[in-house]
Amino acid sequence: MLHTTLLLASTRPALPDILVFAASAAVILVGAVGVVTSRNPVHAALSLVMTLFGVAVLFIEQEADFLAAVQIIVYAGAIVVLFLFVIMFLGVDRSEDVEVEPLGGQRPLAYILLGITLAGILAMAATSHWVTGAHQVVGPIQGHITASSSSPSGEVAQLGKQLFTTYLFAFEATAALLVIAVVGAVVLARRPPVPQDSESERAEGKLSS
Amino acid sequence: MIASLLATPVNTGKLVVPHIRYLSILPPMIMIGGAVLLLALASLVSRPLRVRVGTWGTVLISGTALGISLWQWTDVGDHGAHTYVAHAVVMDGFSVLITMLISAAMLVTALVADGYLNREGVEGSEFYVLALVSASGAMLMGMANDLIIVFLGLEILSIALYVLTAYNHRRGASGEAALKYFLLGGFSSAIFVYGIALTYGATGSTNLTQIADFLAKNVLLTDGLLLAGVSLLLVGFGFKVAAVPFHMWTPDVYQGAPSPVTGFMAAVAKAGAFAALLRVLLSSFGVISSDWRPIIFGMAVLSLVLGSVLALRQRDVKRMLAYSSINHAGFILLGVESARASGVSASLYYLFAYTFMTIGSFAIVTVLGREGDGDHDLTRYRGLARRQPVLALAFAVLLLAQAGAPFTTGLWAKLQVVFAAISGGSVPLAVIAMVTAVIAGYFYLRVAVLMYAGGDDARADAPQPAGSPEPHAMISFASPEGAHANVTTINDELLMTGEAPAPFGEDLPSVLPVPALTGVAIGLCVGVTVVFGVWPSPLVDFAHQASLLFLG
Repeated sequence: MLHTTLLLASTRPALPDILVFAASAAVILVGAVGVVTSRNPVHAALSLVMTLFGVAVLFIEQEADFLAAVQIIVYAGAIVVLFLFVIMFLGVDRSEDVEVEPLGGQRPLAYILLGITLAGILAMAATSHWVTGAHQVVGPIQGHITASSSSPSGEVAQLGKQLFTTYLFAFEATAALLVIAVVGAVVLARRPPVPQDSESERAEGKLSS
Repeated sequence: MIASLLATPVNTGKLVVPHIRYLSILPPMIMIGGAVLLLALASLVSRPLRVRVGTWGTVLISGTALGISLWQWTDVGDHGAHTYVAHAVVMDGFSVLITMLISAAMLVTALVADGYLNREGVEGSEFYVLALVSASGAMLMGMANDLIIVFLGLEILSIALYVLTAYNHRRGASGEAALKYFLLGGFSSAIFVYGIALTYGATGSTNLTQIADFLAKNVLLTDGLLLAGVSLLLVGFGFKVAAVPFHMWTPDVYQGAPSPVTGFMAAVAKAGAFAALLRVLLSSFGVISSDWRPIIFGMAVLSLVLGSVLALRQRDVKRMLAYSSINHAGFILLGVESARASGVSASLYYLFAYTFMTIGSFAIVTVLGREGDGDHDLTRYRGLARRQPVLALAFAVLLLAQAGAPFTTGLWAKLQVVFAAISGGSVPLAVIAMVTAVIAGYFYLRVAVLMYAGGDDARADAPQPAGSPEPHAMISFASPEGAHANVTTINDELLMTGEAPAPFGEDLPSVLPVPALTGVAIGLCVGVTVVFGVWPSPLVDFAHQASLLFLG
């Protein structure tokens, strides 16, 4: 079943697929525009949730159920909640003054560049096929598909196997990132030690006197 | 070998963990493990000892990594180059030389940082921990045989550097530079990942060997996806190596970061990113070199010209060195652009020479920055030779080496990349490179001349409170010390001043103490630059033997 869906997706998408794609793409785009345009940071964060939700629907449509679940739990759940915490800490009522231009003329320049980029993308879309062909797209994935259809454990097991075989070294290397995250957070959050020391010394002095 | 690579592991229900040859991944393992041990150890000793423990611990760890990379070198010589750990990493002469280079850079940086941290009174050991992990990221980039590993190395390298840039709490500029670096760096990393995704979509693998094999066996009739992926990868790499037009962050970050971090960043980030760039372009995308060579050509020309021309306008030595590093990036791109083995070894040699020149230069800038590390105006270098002749001589040698003077590694580095460009058929690029080398020579020599021709700064600045050109001329005729004042005028022409020179406080010491370990570091850098400049053959041969696996 997985096999046929993927082939369909790469050759000629069925109508329901198109409908689901269009709906979730619209949700994603509306959310993304909302993140940038809404004045209230809480609304922006909620728009981000909408976008992430749309992406999760796209994952489900691609039969990547595990990724969809992770997308909802990690991104829409944990990370956006963190965002909201930070926003609440910094104060929701404080609004940024976005009217003052820090760099003169950047807005018209941005529009011009946007126009050029859009024209380029449209020209490319009109002149070339971006998909490199069904065989090439499906080829390397096919090994995984047969593997998953032979074993009933599904894609979570697939992901786990990949992590501990092909991507073993990458998986282990991420440990370094965690070390940096912990040490870096401590370094950045630490106050300069000198005033603290003098304060504690003063406090000790008061106590002893 | 490639056939066995392509046989995708068919799932039999049992998990077969790939064989791990530990020698191939030992240097980054030692760096990361050593960093964690150092973190634990330093928290056990009393606070004043922490910097010392960090310094010697880092010297020991990076020295061990250096030794192990020598062992790897003999292993590659005996058994040939192979991929290891499920083909995720590769151990060939190229990766081993990059590992050596990064270990050495880490060692020298630790010596420089010791004096800096003690002078600034900043708490110590985390600096070394972050630097060690950052260096391990650069090593991963050098040995990666998979785009995922390249990306992880890039992130490990960069995220630690963001924190290191903001390490000194007392400098506002440090935090500002870190935020700029973080925002732009995060953006470029995202672009890089998108490039990986598109490349995967086009070729069906992130493994560099498999990509090369796919491209060798298949002709893509519609290669838009692949080209888009490669160009996005180039944007990510261009940012990390600070090539124009992705160089915008460089001057601000180099200026704002603590000076030892700047030296480390300039050397290690460039070495790691160029290593990965060379391997990705030449091993994987060598077949489509006609597509990416024009892009590299353009980036090289822009980096060479803008780097050298904008450096002329700088009054801050750290900014000037930042633009000069952009110019150097252009030179190294010459070797990349040639898309041949001689270009790879030329780029490697250039990286080697550049690492020692730049760490040494920033070590001297660290010493001369005085406490607070904010004192980097060109006027401070006036008459340095009279006050501190040894330091001035060392700086002059390093600057002349960067300009490509004879009897230094700088000359051989520039010659090799130019020859590589010519043999690659890019004669215009070679000509442009040589012209910009002349322009760059001017601003390096300007500092050297200032140090030697300039008078003692306290005396020279005393009679010119207004600072407009007219009083200088009057003094030069009226003053009994006519000769001396003439020198002052020359200095001001060299500095292109129209404004007043920065006022000098009387309380500033005119002779700045050079910490012993920093002195050793500067001595090492100058030594390597001069010894291998006078006697180039061993290092040149070394770089020639450090070939890429799967080149072509």
